[in-house]
Amino acid sequence: MTVKVITVGEDILGANEEKARANKSRLDSRGVLTINIMSSPGAGKTSLILSTIKHMKEKVKIAVIEGDVASSMDADKINEMGIPVVQINTAGGCHLDANMVESALNGLPLEDTDLLFIENVGNLICPNAFVLGEDKRVMISSLPEGDDKPYKYPAMFADSDVVLLNKIDLQPHLDFNVDGFKKTVAGLNPDVIIFSVSCKTGVGMEAWFAWLESAVKGKKNR
Amino acid sequence: MHEFSITESMLSMALEKANEAKASKVIRINLVVGELSGVVGECVKFYFGFLSKDTIARGAELAFEIKPTQVRCHKCGNVFTPSDHNWACPECHEASIEIVSGRECYMESIEVE
Repeated sequence: MTVKVITVGEDILGANEEKARANKSRLDSRGVLTINIMSSPGAGKTSLILSTIKHMKEKVKIAVIEGDVASSMDADKINEMGIPVVQINTAGGCHLDANMVESALNGLPLEDTDLLFIENVGNLICPNAFVLGEDKRVMISSLPEGDDKPYKYPAMFADSDVVLLNKIDLQPHLDFNVDGFKKTVAGLNPDVIIFSVSCKTGVGMEAWFAWLESAVKGKKNR
Repeated sequence: MHEFSITESMLSMALEKANEAKASKVIRINLVVGELSGVVGECVKFYFGFLSKDTIARGAELAFEIKPTQVRCHKCGNVFTPSDHNWACPECHEASIEIVSGRECYMESIEVE
């Protein structure tokens, strides 16, 4: 038999991207601002969501999709605050994909939601390669992780709209070069917005809330 | 672990293209993968063996063309390969760059019978 070469030239993740576009138009039609939150484990994704809910829940209708390898600890905490939440357990998978998010959307009151947080699986290697249908990508990097992370995971930083430098209250105790970090991130991503915050003490959070509130308004008025 | 889902997508793409061409067997799949894509070829091969065993792609060779990380300086336009701890332009020392290569993850072609 003769061997035939078939030119393909297609992105392996094309099917995911197509599904993400469908998720996005579903969320767009309801004016839901959707934020994909990515970071390493323990950087403060859930803390950020919880403190944002606490600050904004009277003004903004929030819903959450929680991605974790296992457990529902994070979703339980959000549920306790009276916020609609769907837990996705990836059973070992290291990222969320658009298909998982599509199913999770079915369990949320989208007609009654202004802001949707999607908390990705804690990982700096691949979540950025899987679009979900989000409007904005927010990455959290925290001081204890060290200031070399932009060099080690450049694609994550290059793909984020906002970088929150969390646990800034620990600065006196750590050798973390905040200015150097910001410069490296801005070098990889000139359009990025960087906020130095502490979800624990509340330092710097006002600027994040203001950015988010204006993004929610912008999406509603589209 | 993301290699599993990548392998699933890659296999279904290859089978779809082979099917369209009415092929009876997939001999080889040519993939282009960037250094920054986080895709480990050995893992993909492992999952592929398992996932393809009841398909016409069983035993197909997976060929990976690895694209190195390349960045372009925003100031002078120089394209270079960054070192581990230095992403500044070696020509003009500007630290503002854009990633131009290294994130690829696509199927270039398949060879079928």
